Amino acid sequence: MHDNVKITNKMAKFRQDFAIIANWVKFNSKVLDLGCGDGELLEFLRDSLEVKGYGVEKDDANVLACVKNRINVIQMDLEDGLSGFENQSFDTVVLSQTLQAMHNTEGIVLEMLRVGAEVIVTFPNFGYWRNRMQITAGRMPVSKALPYQWYDTPNVHLCTINDFDVFCKNHKIEILERRVITDGQEVSFLPNLLGSLAMYRLRTK
Amino acid sequence: MQENNSIGIVAPQTAHFNETFELKSGETLPQFDLVFETYGTLNADKSNAVLICHALSGHHHVAGKHHEGDKYPGWWDNLIGPGKPLDTNRFFVIGLNNLGGCHGSSGPSSINPITNKPWGSAFPIVTVEDWVNSQAHLLNHLGITQLAAVIGGSLGGMQALQWTIAYPERVRHALVIASAPNLTAQNMAFNEVARQAIITDPEFHGGDYYEHGVVPRRGLRIARMLGHITYLSDDAMGEKFGRKLKDTIKYSFDVEFEMESYLRYQGDKFAGEFDANTYLRMTRALDYYDPALQYNGDLSKALSKAKAKFLVLSFTSDWRFSPARSREIVKALLDNESTVSYAEVTAAHGHDAFLMPDKHYHAILRSYLGNIELSNIEIGGEHA
Repeated sequence: MHDNVKITNKMAKFRQDFAIIANWVKFNSKVLDLGCGDGELLEFLRDSLEVKGYGVEKDDANVLACVKNRINVIQMDLEDGLSGFENQSFDTVVLSQTLQAMHNTEGIVLEMLRVGAEVIVTFPNFGYWRNRMQITAGRMPVSKALPYQWYDTPNVHLCTINDFDVFCKNHKIEILERRVITDGQEVSFLPNLLGSLAMYRLRTK
Repeated sequence: MQENNSIGIVAPQTAHFNETFELKSGETLPQFDLVFETYGTLNADKSNAVLICHALSGHHHVAGKHHEGDKYPGWWDNLIGPGKPLDTNRFFVIGLNNLGGCHGSSGPSSINPITNKPWGSAFPIVTVEDWVNSQAHLLNHLGITQLAAVIGGSLGGMQALQWTIAYPERVRHALVIASAPNLTAQNMAFNEVARQAIITDPEFHGGDYYEHGVVPRRGLRIARMLGHITYLSDDAMGEKFGRKLKDTIKYSFDVEFEMESYLRYQGDKFAGEFDANTYLRMTRALDYYDPALQYNGDLSKALSKAKAKFLVLSFTSDWRFSPARSREIVKALLDNESTVSYAEVTAAHGHDAFLMPDKHYHAILRSYLGNIELSNIEIGGEHA
């Protein structure tokens, strides 16, 4: 578990956003990962940063995978809020590429800020130029980041980076840091046009 | 496949404790017996012991059969055996009959060594706390200092929870299944109706029916029928029986609907083999268990000393021990930063689901139990 080579090999298969998230999470801190899937991120944070992690997951197969991977997992639906978690009981609450699939989007962000000292939210940027191109061509965007057809997508609340900035401003949410990525590379020039994945570190103002 | 993985023929043993045992009520037992069974082999450092705590009507015969041709195996045989989710190739599994029971452990129907007559009404009220303390005696008797896991469903889950509170250093993992941190008023109300059915049976004789050569069958039968209604979900009953008739409507009060046939069968069967005094005490133990009571209802405080890692499971259609009650336990464990996982299993069978071999449910148990390491640890320090 503390074998560096093994961690490096493992990292290779992790999603591109994990490395940035790991930079935002403190060593030995307490992390809540919402929509944790099979526990991949928490496993990475546990093995690299000795994080005390808990995941929240709705899907049976993912819950089972977490149990197999020795990841603490709480089976519940995020749409119901985070009533099982105390105010400010986590150092960091993560919602990784799930925001766009939430119905109660506003509610979950506010719940995360209630439960965590810091909040990390990542989502596919709908303003990415390739998406805009497809819209211009008259079709709904389908891409690696948005791999669904309009009729079978779980994504109900897609937004652009500019949209989310306004959301934070209107909800008095402080943006501590924002990173934008395309194909694993950081984007600083025209991020809302050239960035495919947006990553935010937030806290209550 | 289930049959192939059976633990095979098993035999109960009795541990006799020749010492005064103090109960939560303040009463004492001058001595007591616990009947138990074990499956698998205790390893050299005695680190692979798993205790199964039974629910209302359970007992020590958890897995395997007592003899060839035994009609039914133990009550949780689908879980326990070589290659099963609780793998007896790895674990040493202990099942016992709780104090106050009617399957061989000291209880109202057993002989009071002082009077040489059945205890009857004189057998004291026992609590979940008392059971756990007596189970600790049994572990001492077996030379086991630490359990790899304690597992229980329903009232058994309360015992698993109590283990982590009373003996935090003696439990590495607690599996609390279809349980609750206490009973709601509605849940206790069912128990009260069940007890009233028994106590008002003319053949109850204040609990000393043994000396009259009778048993309060009618009361016990009705108590069990009521219980069975609450163990099933509306959907499960609908699916199992619906409005199906045995024959045609006869405009009588005989068994006409399939559901009635089921309830009467279950009631009759139970009344023929279970002791009414034990039933009264088991339901009372359920009512009384409330570890948060001495902390002004703060369950988080009650569980603050628990050191075990937890797996909490509930079943979506269980309304007697609903998922919401399990979530209360999870919340308290999260407040204490305990190591805990919680799964809400989609199941149609209501409270009974915890005894069924549901694929996903058993996969979770198999995965969790498979990850348990077999070495005793100094509990109290850091353990990831």
